[in-house]
Amino acid sequence: MAIVCEKDQLQEQHLLKIKEICNTFNKDHSELINILHGCQGYFGYLPAEVQEAIALEIDMPVSKVFGVVTFYSFFTMKPKGEFPISVCTGTACYVRGADKLVDEFQRELGIDVGQTTEDGKFSISTLRCVGACGLAPVVMVGDKTYGHVSPKMVKKILKEYKTK
Amino acid sequence: MSKINITIDNRKIEVEAGSTILEAAKNIGVEIPTLCHMNLHDLNVENKPAGCRVCVVEVEGRKNLAPSCATKVNEGMVIRTNNMRVINSRRTVMEFILSDHPKDCLVCAKNGVCDLQNMAAQLGVREIPNQEIYSMSEYRLDTSPSIIRNMDKCIMCRKCETMCNEVQTVGALYATGRGFDAVVSTPFHMDLVDTNCTYCGQCVAVCPTAALTEVDHTRAVIRAINDKSKTVVVQTAPAVRAALGEEFGLEAGHLVTGQMVAGLRQLGFDHIFDTDFAADVTIMEEGTELLDRLGKHLAGDKDVKLPILTSCCPGWVNFFETQFPDMLDIPSTARSPQQIFGSIAKTYFAEQLKIKREDMIVVSVMPCVAKKYEAQRDEFKTDGNPDVDISITTRELAQLMKQANLDIKTLPEEEFDQPMGESTGAGVIFGTTGGVIEAATRTAYELYTKKTLENVEFKQLRGMEGIRSATVDFDGFDLKIGIAHGLGNARQLLNDIRDGKSDFHAIEVMACPGGCIGGGGQPYHHGDSSILKKRAAALYTEDERKVKRKSHTNPAVIKVYEDFLGAPMSHKAHQLLHTNYFDKQQEGPEIVKGDDCTSCN
Repeated sequence: MAIVCEKDQLQEQHLLKIKEICNTFNKDHSELINILHGCQGYFGYLPAEVQEAIALEIDMPVSKVFGVVTFYSFFTMKPKGEFPISVCTGTACYVRGADKLVDEFQRELGIDVGQTTEDGKFSISTLRCVGACGLAPVVMVGDKTYGHVSPKMVKKILKEYKTK
Repeated sequence: MSKINITIDNRKIEVEAGSTILEAAKNIGVEIPTLCHMNLHDLNVENKPAGCRVCVVEVEGRKNLAPSCATKVNEGMVIRTNNMRVINSRRTVMEFILSDHPKDCLVCAKNGVCDLQNMAAQLGVREIPNQEIYSMSEYRLDTSPSIIRNMDKCIMCRKCETMCNEVQTVGALYATGRGFDAVVSTPFHMDLVDTNCTYCGQCVAVCPTAALTEVDHTRAVIRAINDKSKTVVVQTAPAVRAALGEEFGLEAGHLVTGQMVAGLRQLGFDHIFDTDFAADVTIMEEGTELLDRLGKHLAGDKDVKLPILTSCCPGWVNFFETQFPDMLDIPSTARSPQQIFGSIAKTYFAEQLKIKREDMIVVSVMPCVAKKYEAQRDEFKTDGNPDVDISITTRELAQLMKQANLDIKTLPEEEFDQPMGESTGAGVIFGTTGGVIEAATRTAYELYTKKTLENVEFKQLRGMEGIRSATVDFDGFDLKIGIAHGLGNARQLLNDIRDGKSDFHAIEVMACPGGCIGGGGQPYHHGDSSILKKRAAALYTEDERKVKRKSHTNPAVIKVYEDFLGAPMSHKAHQLLHTNYFDKQQEGPEIVKGDDCTSCN
């Protein structure tokens, strides 16, 4: 869930939260990844403003914070959708056509992997193995898991959420 | 250190424990090729991300090849640096790097001085296979007043990152992204002008490719020279003469002052002057300012700001404006020699020529890329007309001379023109770390003690240590001097001042390691920091050769004060030779009060 408001402006309570997270890790530079995890857990994503605030708080160049955020695919600078779609592209799912599912979701929603629809409802990401290989290919929408998904089912899955 | 025994290419050798394979091989004359590795011994800086993998070697008993720059030797280690497996791997690695690198070598700014190009040649790369299956990454061109970033040419050696973060502690550049998209970049891929970059140019100085280059003004210089309606005046900074020869194959430290003057005359400049003249004027202003603050301090004035910090270096000025905006009243207000020269040229000298300032073009040749930014600062313009119109680097001057088929090796030695070509030894040593404060000390000593200084050489101020301190006896008064080169070292001294722990009276700061001789606009040293020492020695030699070695004895300087400026720190001198500093701190994130945020409420 995206807590930071639309213009990505930070409010005072957001800043306090960032400080609190940084303090949990003693502002230790080697804990940057954990600090980023903490902040992404709270804000849902890591916009420039949050990264700047972290950099200021732990006295580290913001270029370095940004470098780490862009290196790890887990971190995102864009808010995820209300219903984040994760397509498993682990080996089992991949050989059973996960790539076609990715294509289909992208086509249906008109966005690429890593992006969020304009209405903020959906975002697409890929992940590696959710431990349900018997159900391959697997798609998760939020916490709900769908197994044996075929490209034809994509439209139906999306319909479930479009009306929500 | 204990010794251990290893075998490299069938040669049994004894090496110090703790050395890397790369260092051990070097001891027996085996130069393992490297691309991302850089060791500037004299500056205690080493870059070894072990990222390029060009330096791989085979170690017996180890499954994969080892990066020699980052692998330490063990007792009994058997290493092969040149078998088939190693040679093929190196070439494959190189082919991969080249597969994502533009192929415009013929028209590239680094054509002929590119480490990547040289390495491809050395490793015998003759084709780049599989190009069609890799898509080239694309990155926008980012142009600033001093530096151009063309990250399509970045090979992620991260040398610039090391210079920007570890040496300079500026933190404008850091590795971003991964895989094909990985480049060293600014925060959020901002334009360089929007970051806290100081334009020191140390990133440019170490970049192996044309990912980071200076903004090229050579065409503008040619246009200016050929404009018959303009009088074109050129000034050359002290550090240029100690390095220009390298561009023409001469050894580092070979002074080419006279040949450089001849070359500039051949290029068609109307007046060939010396920034050293302006350096002497700088000393008159800065030295007087030092004595003024010192006098007030000794008289018990608690508000006077000491230590005084030098202000000749534009990278350094940018640094304290962005990083220490609470301390803007500590540096001397004297402009840099480049700007003092421009200011005097477009007033005093233009009056002598009876021309308008708009009809004069001042070109400066500098060892520096930050000077390009400095020249276009608004404070140094009159009605929009800059005091210095075009600032080029040592490298650009060499390029201009080569275009005009001028070879520094065959040019005769000629003299600078008068009056602004007259300089002292004090002005010359501005180009190396410790030189400005030594020059200031020579003058301040005589003005303070009213005695003649017999031995002008203050050896205690010289050297390559990053932070140095010395005490100079001013006839019973101990003047405490600090020197820092490299912005990381400057930061330490500034933090001490901020914490009230500094007992210096005066501190010289130069942004670049070694001072201007190691500037971002100098011929590329390709990681050989011994070159800097040779250039410094050359400047001290030129100082020794000068008859006059104290700035206040420069007859042309005396005359400009008599005829035009009045006295140092006079009203006119303040107007023309001093400046103001501005708070340029990067703003943190914008914080809104809960009820101000429209989208939340």
